[in-house]
Amino acid sequence: MTPPMDDAEAPVVLAAHGVSKSFGANTVLTDMELTVRKGETVCLLGPSGSGKSTFLRCLNWLEEPDAGFIVLKGQRIGIRPSGNIVMNDRELAAIRTRIGMVFQHFALWPHLTVLENVMEAPIHVQRRDKAEVRREAEALLQRVGIADKAGQYPARLSGGQKQRVGIARALAMKPDLLLFDEPTSALDPELVGEVLAVMKDLAREGMTMVVVTHEMAFARDVASRVVFLDQGRIVESGAPEEFFTRPKTDRARQFLLRYSAQ
Amino acid sequence: MNGFTIVWDNRDVLLSGFANTIALSAIAAVVSLVLGALLAMALMARSKAARIGATVYVDAMRCVPFLLLAYLIYYGLPSFGIRMSNWTSGLIALIVYNVAYMAELLRAAWANLPKESIEAGHAFGFHGLKLVRRIILPPVFFAAVPMIGNQTIQIIKDSAFLTIIAVAELTQAAMAIQTTYFVPFASFVAAIALYWITCMAIETGVAFVGRVAKARQ
Repeated sequence: MTPPMDDAEAPVVLAAHGVSKSFGANTVLTDMELTVRKGETVCLLGPSGSGKSTFLRCLNWLEEPDAGFIVLKGQRIGIRPSGNIVMNDRELAAIRTRIGMVFQHFALWPHLTVLENVMEAPIHVQRRDKAEVRREAEALLQRVGIADKAGQYPARLSGGQKQRVGIARALAMKPDLLLFDEPTSALDPELVGEVLAVMKDLAREGMTMVVVTHEMAFARDVASRVVFLDQGRIVESGAPEEFFTRPKTDRARQFLLRYSAQ
Repeated sequence: MNGFTIVWDNRDVLLSGFANTIALSAIAAVVSLVLGALLAMALMARSKAARIGATVYVDAMRCVPFLLLAYLIYYGLPSFGIRMSNWTSGLIALIVYNVAYMAELLRAAWANLPKESIEAGHAFGFHGLKLVRRIILPPVFFAAVPMIGNQTIQIIKDSAFLTIIAVAELTQAAMAIQTTYFVPFASFVAAIALYWITCMAIETGVAFVGRVAKARQ
């Protein structure tokens, strides 16, 4: 058995360099840098409106950055390898299949059952064998503890159940990387735990994840690294124990104070 | 002799008219729904030319009286060498007219769809026609079921106008019985009853599909 690799030695899965984004006159992101290595869980923290969700959405080009570039395992996203030509829909779609995404409001497909939601993209986008995908989908639903709801439509589920389906749906693509966009923000407080538990398990099993969250306890316990944003810039980043006990900047201190007061 | 007895004795005329009304309306409803979905895609397209072209068509149809359109297709097209039977002309008029309405109601349902589930489609690698077909149109249809039902009822009522280009549909049949035997009340009431039954059947169907749709929204 190989000894567990130090994070610094693990291969880079995703790198973002100099990513900037404005909506009209409103600058949302300035010169963002991020490197995510295999097996890491990186939590993006920051006040509302700090740009963390926009940054996450730039990573798979749901938002097109104005400047900078994003590289997934050596391949640029959004821009063709030759020159500065923006990828067409087909090329973007192909690279997006390698990045799973979990949405704040779940974004399940309402006309499909739970099992069909999980199977939809592997069958119709990745064109994998249906029987095999079904076996894997059932195993994934088992893993997120929702196998008994396989035949239900999303409208019949609680928020926590929907989000666990959302996670199973993302995992079914066998992605190189999972993006979580405030996965527990739309949930009733008593349902947050069941979703975080699933995410914690994934982190422990070595899934590579980027998580935008307001759950400080989750970030402290699970993150390999936290990145703190304010006003569209990275203010601070480092190990969670460092950040939560000895924040280096005033802005981070204020942010943590506000959250610990709640 | 009682008027209704006369109508009853001529029920084969009435029923064959009724059969034509059902056939014309059913084909027109299905075809205009399918073509309407394609037109709705043009209305929602990224290409400005496609959007403008589709909008012009929809607006034009909504401003033309159906009666005139039926005249135009039956009497006007032969001057360009396009000659069709009354029945075919009537069917084409129904389709050409109602495609615009179907497209517009599907477009409205599409515009009201939650953005996030479409975005999830993008994030999971769907694009182009497959995104529309697998992720967008199914919830659009489910959301639009009541409006599609209304439009189908409208198609049935529009089909009564086809009597003016001598299509042997229900209104034409009622008219034929009434001019032969002078029983206007009985023959028109009989026709109205048949239209009414048809609309009730559609509304029952809409309610049923609506229940199926509700679970999937």
